[in-house]
Formats: sequence, structure tokens, C-alpha cells
Amino acid sequence: MNTDADHLHEDHKTGIMRWITTTNHKDIGTLYLFLSLTMFFVGGAMALIIRAELFQPGLQLVNPDFFNQMTTMHALIMIFGALMPALVGLANWQIPLMIGAPDMALPRLNNWSFWILPFALGMLGSTLFFEGGAPAAGWTLYPPLVLQGGDALPYAIFSIHLLGLSSILGAINIIATILNMRAPGMTLMKMPMFVWTWLITAFLLIAVMPVLAGAVTMLLTDRFFGTSFFTASGGGDPVMFQHIFWFFGHPEVYILILPAFGVISTIIPTFSRKKLFGYDSMVYATASIALLSFIVWAHHMFTVGMPLAGEIFFMMTTMLIAVPTGVKVFNWIATMWKGSMTFETPMLFSLAFIVLFTIGGFSGLMMAITPVDFQYHDTYFIVAHFHYVLVPGSVFAVIAAVYFWLPKWTGKMYDETLGKTHFWLTTIFVNITFFPQHFVGLAGMPRRIPDYAVQFTDFNAISTIGSFGFGIAQILFLYILYKTLKQDVTADNKVWEGAEGLEWTLPSPPPYHSFEEPPKVE
Amino acid sequence: MRNFIVFLLSTIPTLALGDWEVNLPRGVTPTSVLAYDLHMLIFYITVIIGIGVFGVMFYSIIHHRKSKGVVPANFHENTKIEIVWTVIPFLILVGMAIPATQALILMEDTSEAEVTLKVTGYQWMWKYEYLEDNVSFLSRIDSESNKARKLNSGVDVSNVKNYLLEVDNPIVLPVNAKIRLLLTAGDVIHAWWVPELGGKKDAVPGFVNEMWFNINKPGIYRGQCAELCGKDHAFMPIVVKAVSKAEYEKWVMNQQNNNKIANKK
Repeated sequence: MNTDADHLHEDHKTGIMRWITTTNHKDIGTLYLFLSLTMFFVGGAMALIIRAELFQPGLQLVNPDFFNQMTTMHALIMIFGALMPALVGLANWQIPLMIGAPDMALPRLNNWSFWILPFALGMLGSTLFFEGGAPAAGWTLYPPLVLQGGDALPYAIFSIHLLGLSSILGAINIIATILNMRAPGMTLMKMPMFVWTWLITAFLLIAVMPVLAGAVTMLLTDRFFGTSFFTASGGGDPVMFQHIFWFFGHPEVYILILPAFGVISTIIPTFSRKKLFGYDSMVYATASIALLSFIVWAHHMFTVGMPLAGEIFFMMTTMLIAVPTGVKVFNWIATMWKGSMTFETPMLFSLAFIVLFTIGGFSGLMMAITPVDFQYHDTYFIVAHFHYVLVPGSVFAVIAAVYFWLPKWTGKMYDETLGKTHFWLTTIFVNITFFPQHFVGLAGMPRRIPDYAVQFTDFNAISTIGSFGFGIAQILFLYILYKTLKQDVTADNKVWEGAEGLEWTLPSPPPYHSFEEPPKVE
Repeated sequence: MRNFIVFLLSTIPTLALGDWEVNLPRGVTPTSVLAYDLHMLIFYITVIIGIGVFGVMFYSIIHHRKSKGVVPANFHENTKIEIVWTVIPFLILVGMAIPATQALILMEDTSEAEVTLKVTGYQWMWKYEYLEDNVSFLSRIDSESNKARKLNSGVDVSNVKNYLLEVDNPIVLPVNAKIRLLLTAGDVIHAWWVPELGGKKDAVPGFVNEMWFNINKPGIYRGQCAELCGKDHAFMPIVVKAVSKAEYEKWVMNQQNNNKIANKK
């Protein structure tokens, strides 16, 4: 039965049915990454509508309600459609390769967790064409405002249920894979950092996705079934929604950043040709950040009217997060110190990540100080902060990961000159886009407004120019991907001189079932 | 290329003349000054940390590169340095938490106010009630801004005075008096914010929030709603006119008389 031919031939359907029925971790990883890339452009187009309207004061392009639909959908699509699928896609490709497994532990579940997504996102996107439009109360869906929306609300809620379901199934699969399918000899404390960060992230997902599902379900029953969880006139409390939402929301932002930390912790040692400085402390720092994320949620809502004791508690726990985050940054720099560095595209994106993410961390620390957050809250300063940690943070890490592992996945090397051009354009424009937003925010411009007082004009114009430059730079990224995939297989197994880990012991591209015989680790 | 540089240089004077506000206003209340001072303190702390951290990083990027023939060192893990870079940031945080907590305690103390102003947010206007003096009115965006802000209004908004930051009925408040605000809302959550008077507070339907300030300089201070409240969220400005106590009392009398006349009609 078990002939060599059986082993070697890639037993799968061809054409579209290959992708629909696939249970292979690489195919599913690819599907996730392509979905993410598509949504990155869809969400990006929405961001450009927002920025185009904000180019000048006065309303020129869209009415305020459509503007609010754009801010809401941009956030939902970028978080649930672009970033999370990108990170799960990386997990699908890399975890089996990195731990020496043939595939994910639950391949059919894997197929299902992916194929929920296009339908959930399609349903969410379809609300744009409803009478009354898409949800327009912000991605945070605060009641009572969100309950005023049109028919879009139940569709958006069902879509969020499905997106959450997909994330939970994906997280279960990742935990099952990591805990059961590591190569002999690979103890937990020998796992690659990317695998560690994803293990912790998966636990966060399982912990908080049901909380979000509960919160939006209560919105649904408030709207359609006469409950008053969040309506004061019925004995409810609108602020309770915010507490439940941010109990999900804060771990969620770490779901978006922890795997990115894992990517950076892989790339920096590779191109420094030096071991990660403090592996153990990196693991502990990641776990501490994850634990702290459960007790800081109310810093998103310092102005709702909390008791003084609550404000002090959430201020101090939030400030505490700076400690493990600092440990991570210091570790990356100590890894570079006295290394032998080269600056290929993935390394450039990782270095920019460290600098720009840290700037986002600094502004985060500033807004942890509650008495000053009373000024920062709901201004463009906040918008600048979370875009700094999410765009040159998470998005840069995903792009770095793609450049880093693409030659392994496809056996094809990307064009280094074009990659570096993409890096410089992206980095310059991301700063032109988001840095001025710190200034308008401090000067008093609230977020989520389609029109603003004239003193904010100059920086908004600069920001808009930056955003269009950033968008165009990503078209170059598409071209680089296209050009890479078109060419012949050239990359060798190791790809990078300093590469370490099991994935580099396989051929490039790796065989369909990654490790049929478990490799031995030390 | 040269043309481009000339173009860039030629823009500098206009940029310099423009209104380039880049920082939090210091404000005119003890609480806003406290917030500003804390803001600058933590800003400078992060700048110093940033210079240190990025300095080491860029030193390494410049000197420890393969093209310079550097052979990678082999060190990793050092308990001493790891303890140092955990404890020092922690101490810095403690140092920041102390003044921040003190400021917070002061800001949350709304006792012994001289004037109590009840603020109710509606889509999309504010209602103000002076509880001691029985004066109340609605405050909406002024008509000139309101016309200009319509989609394709054809109005050049830079010619509109205080575009989007002007109302029909401004709030009048006395200087050097502790003003307590009671905030609530009639429909959805709004937030009342005038940057120069200090922080903001949410106006939540069904609940009453409190905040206070004490304005130390007469003048006109502008702000706007800071919590997304629907399509016209950007168009419910706030204007506070701070005047001397005598002028304030005169204004209150006038308002009361106007109300009486209005009631008789």
C-alpha cells in the first residue's frame, strides 16, 4: 500500500475544487493570505475615501452618514478581514513547518474555519448596499447609537458571530497542533518564538471571542426582542456594553500584535546572525502581556464616569504593560548588538517595526496616564497611536513575514531591489500619513468626524497625501508578488544565511505534507 | 529634481505662516494646566527613553553590519542586565504614577462648587440648565457654519468665522469660581469637551456624570462633542464665554427676565 509513489504524489483535486475541499495546511494558509491581501485593499480603499474627504475642511465627497459607515467598515474589515486572517495564514503555513509536523492537527476543521470567512465578510460587506447603509456607529458598536441603525445591524452581528466562530475554531486547531504534534525532542521551551506567540494568542482568542459574541447578541436582543441590557429606561446600562466590549477588545489588540512580535523575534536573529538574546524572558514577557491584557480594558473608557478607584486601578495596570513590552524591545536590540547584520527587505521592515511600534508604545504610555487621557480620549492622537501600533506594527510584521518566508513557500526569490523600494515608500508614507495625526489630535481634533475646523487643515492635507502614497506603494507590493510567482524556482533550502529552524531543512518549496517522518530535535 | 527642491523651499514661508498648532493647549483652568504639565513630563520621559533606545539600536545598525566584516558575537542571556531593564522601567513608571494619581484625585473632587451647570446632549445640540439660577437654553451650531457644512454647499469654509466652532447660544460662566457640570444625554452617548478647560466627560443617557473646572482667565473657549453620536456628530460645537462675576450676574438677570417675558407670551 505505502509505496513511494503514494508518498510523493500530491493527492489532491485540481482547479477550484482543490481550494474548496483542501485540508492541507499550506493550501489553507495560502487561502487565508490571499483573502487577507484582498481585504487589505478593500479596507484600504475605504481608508482612502475617509482621507479624501478629510483633505480639506467642508464636505466635498460624501455625506456624514456614509463617512461614518466608512470608518466603521474600514476598522471591521482591517481587523477581522485583513490582519487576523493574515496572522492565521502565517500560522497555518509556518507552525507545522516549524514544529516538524506533517500538517495541522485538525485539517477538516481547518478547511471550515477558513471557508466561513469569505461568507461572513461578504455578508458584512453586503450591508453597504442596504437601504440605510452599513453599520455607522463605529467598529466598537456602542449602544444606544448602534441600535438606531437600519437593517444592517442584524447582518453585521451575525457576521461577527461567524468571524468569531472562525477564529475560535482556528485557535483550537493551533493549540491542538502545537501541544500534540511537535517533533520528538522539541520541548515547549525549545519552540520557535513565532510558535510560542501563536500558542498564547490562540488562548486569548478562545477566551475573548465568546465575550464579543455575547455582547453583540445582547445588542441583537435589545434591538429585536425587547430586552434592555443597555437601555437605561429599561433598567440597563449603556456603559456595561463598553465594559464587555473592551474586555474582548483589549486582548483583541494583543491578538493582533503578539504573533507580529513572534515574526520580529524570528527575523531579527536571522539577519543579525546571532541567537535571540533572551529566549526565556521573551516567552515570559509574551505571557505577561497576555495576562495583563485581561485587567486593563477600562483604559479605553476613562471618560465614561468611573469611580476614582477604578480609574487609578486601570491606569496603573495599563502602565505596567510597558515593562514586558520594554523587555521585548530591549531583547531585540540586544540581539542586534555585536551581530553581523545585513539589511534584506524582511530585516528592513522588522527594524522599522521596532522603531515605529515603539513610538506607538510611547503614545500608549502617555494615554495610560488617566488625567491626561481626559484630553487625549477620542481625538486624532488616539487614531495616530493605534495606527502606529497596527500599521507599522502588525502590518509591517506581516509584510516582513511574507518577504521572509515567500522564498521558502514557493521556492522563488523576490526581487530585492523592488522589495527595498517597497519598504522605503511604505515607511516614508506611513509616517507622512500618521505622524501629523498626533498634532491635530493634541490641538483638539476629535476622531470620527467628516469635517473639521479650519485650523486643522494643513496637517490633514499632509496626512491625506501620505495615505494615497501609502496606497500606491502597496500596488508595488502586488507587482512584486506577481513577479515572484511568475518566475522559476531558484531559492535553495536555507534561503537566508542566518536562517535557523526546521522549516529551512525542507526543500523550497516544501513537500505537500511537510514532515512525513518527524525530524529529531537535538 | 532641482525644480522640486525649489518648490519645497518656496513652500516653507507659507508653512511657517500657517496655523501650526502641534501640542495640547495649556488651558485656563488648574486641571487643564495639571494635565498639560503631566503631558509634557511624560512626553519628555518618552523622548529621553526613545533617544537612548534608538541610539543604541542605530549605533548597532551602523557598526555591527556584515559589510564591515563584523563577525557575530555569541552572547545571549544575562540575568543581571535583564533584571536591570525590568526594574528601571518599573521605577520610572512608579515615578509617573505618583503625580498622575495626585492629579486624578484632585480632578475627581467635584465638591463645594459655586455654579452647577446641567448639560444634556441631544442629537445634535446641547441643552444647558443653570440649576441655582433657573436659566436654561438650547445651544446649536450657528447658521452660517450650518449652511457652509452641507455637502457641496459651494461656500469656502475658510471665510466662515470660527467654522464649526460657533453656536447660537454660548454658555456664559464666571471666572475664578468652581463650576460643576452634571452631564447626561437624551438619546445616545455624547461627550462634552472644551480642550482649554481640561478634559472631557461622557454624557450617558439615563446616568449623570460629574466634572468640574475653575476658569482663571476671561475669554471665549471652544470645543465640540467628542463621542460619535450619529451623522451630525461633527456639528454640535460648544462655546464657553468666561466673564467676570459681575458681568455673569448681569447676564443671569437678563436671562431670567427674558425667560419671564417668554413665559408671559
